[in-house]
Amino acid sequence: MLKVRGLTKKYGDTEVLRGLDLTVRRGECFGLLGPNGAGKTTTLRLLLGLIEPDSGSIELAGFSVPKHAREARMKVGVVPQMDNLDPDFSVRENLFAYGRYFGMEKSAIAARVPHLLEFAGLAHKADAKITQLSGGMKRRLTLARALVHDPDILFLDEPTTGLDPQARHLIWQGLRQLIADGKTIVLTTHFMDEAERLTDRLAILDHGCLVAEGAPRALIESHIEPVVVEVFGEGLADWTRNHAASLCQRFETVGETLFCYNSNADTVIEALKHAPTLRYLHRPSSLEDVFLKLTGRDLRD
Amino acid sequence: MIYVIKLLHLPQLSWRFIPVWHRNYLVWKKLASPAILGNLADPMLYMLGLGYGLGSLLPDVGGMPYLTFLAAGTVAYSTMNAATFEVLYSSFSRMHVQRTWDAIMNAPLTLDDVMLGELTWAVTKSLLSGLAILAVIWGLGLFGNFWMTLWIIPVVAMVGFCFGGMGLVMNAVSPSYDFFLYYFSLVITPMVLLCGVFFPVTQLPEVVQSVSAWLPLTHAIDLVRPLVVGNVPDNIALHVAALLVYGSLGYVIALALTRRRLLK
Repeated sequence: MLKVRGLTKKYGDTEVLRGLDLTVRRGECFGLLGPNGAGKTTTLRLLLGLIEPDSGSIELAGFSVPKHAREARMKVGVVPQMDNLDPDFSVRENLFAYGRYFGMEKSAIAARVPHLLEFAGLAHKADAKITQLSGGMKRRLTLARALVHDPDILFLDEPTTGLDPQARHLIWQGLRQLIADGKTIVLTTHFMDEAERLTDRLAILDHGCLVAEGAPRALIESHIEPVVVEVFGEGLADWTRNHAASLCQRFETVGETLFCYNSNADTVIEALKHAPTLRYLHRPSSLEDVFLKLTGRDLRD
Repeated sequence: MIYVIKLLHLPQLSWRFIPVWHRNYLVWKKLASPAILGNLADPMLYMLGLGYGLGSLLPDVGGMPYLTFLAAGTVAYSTMNAATFEVLYSSFSRMHVQRTWDAIMNAPLTLDDVMLGELTWAVTKSLLSGLAILAVIWGLGLFGNFWMTLWIIPVVAMVGFCFGGMGLVMNAVSPSYDFFLYYFSLVITPMVLLCGVFFPVTQLPEVVQSVSAWLPLTHAIDLVRPLVVGNVPDNIALHVAALLVYGSLGYVIALALTRRRLLK
């Protein structure tokens, strides 16, 4: 459905993408993860043919991009990072206006609108103004708008950023329904739980190239020990000096927390019982641990 | 230099601009009556106020009653204003504030289509403005030959195209609404005073007259005024070409600048 080979893009002297390869199969939900500035949004804009790559090839929905970007975009629905619903139109009118941009007949749009409103949970708000909608409703409408022309593939750029937990769950529910309907989905996010929940496969992008690619569980298994003990509290520095190296297969200190990675946590927990000033959290390792291991813990601004 | 050439490619025009025009039309329709009143009351009041008030003190101006002279200038002037306001304030809202253009370009439309939609919509708005003044000219019987005045309609469309294209350049480079004041103060207002809206260009010093000859509003008025009194304008091809060249160059330059602004 999507095939990217050797994609590069430079802005001045900054190499935003340095030879990106991606393959997304039909019916798959694919996640593109990376810290801020890793090149996620640039990648989506290149895939849509909005900007031209310096080198490399893109094949999207069977069309070569940017040469046949128009044809490719007919098959793609886009949910952008920033809401850009048309504030001069009502909810329903937004769907009609967007359908017309795809060259759809009024009757064809009208046939789809009730279904889309229902999908977005906005049937009762069909005639509301955009300014009257909550953040979650706007996102759902943006998602419905992206589906107006019944695309084969959906691009979502951080679809749940800025939403409260209830609203996020509603978006996830919608996306799972679309996956069940056989749509192909490419989404960027920096919520690891979102990626773990939704995607079949994901790629981690940093400094313009892929640093890892695979199914969420497989990535965790291949990159990181299965359990983590996070240790914090008074006397951590001393304890780390004396015990960490012998008790942890791998450890890292971040701020005032020690991350101790192990295949089995029993010995660490046993040892911690003799250090009453320390507190700890024992949990299975997650995608977030993989992400932080591969992209580092430095703040990206 | 190579960069500039790369940006200034010929626009790739397609019929996909029509939904963009249609979008603007539907939004306009919602607020049509206050919009029409706002757009038209102002030039009409100036024309009638000055035309009767000042006109009664004056002898014939440019070989016609002052009201007729002013009415012909007002057709061109209000057409220019309608197109300019549309591509400055309204297009800027859609491009920069509402991000409507971004949303549209995720559909199979290009920036060329979106800006052609905006330009044709500006032409439509200027047609409405020009026609309203023309209707007053008909109503007050200020014309020489009715059939001749019908030629004013395509002229008005060309004036809208000219100033729409020029204004889109301002839209492309503006950081905020405030910036447009420069365009009005430095371009539009001088043009109103130099191009023969209120008084004949021949009243100006010769140096200024030669500047005026290059300004698009002069070409617009040189076409409209003879048509109002029932004469065939001189140098039709020159005036038409000037309006079309200013408009087309504006559109092409605006396209390159906007591409750099939005799609980098």
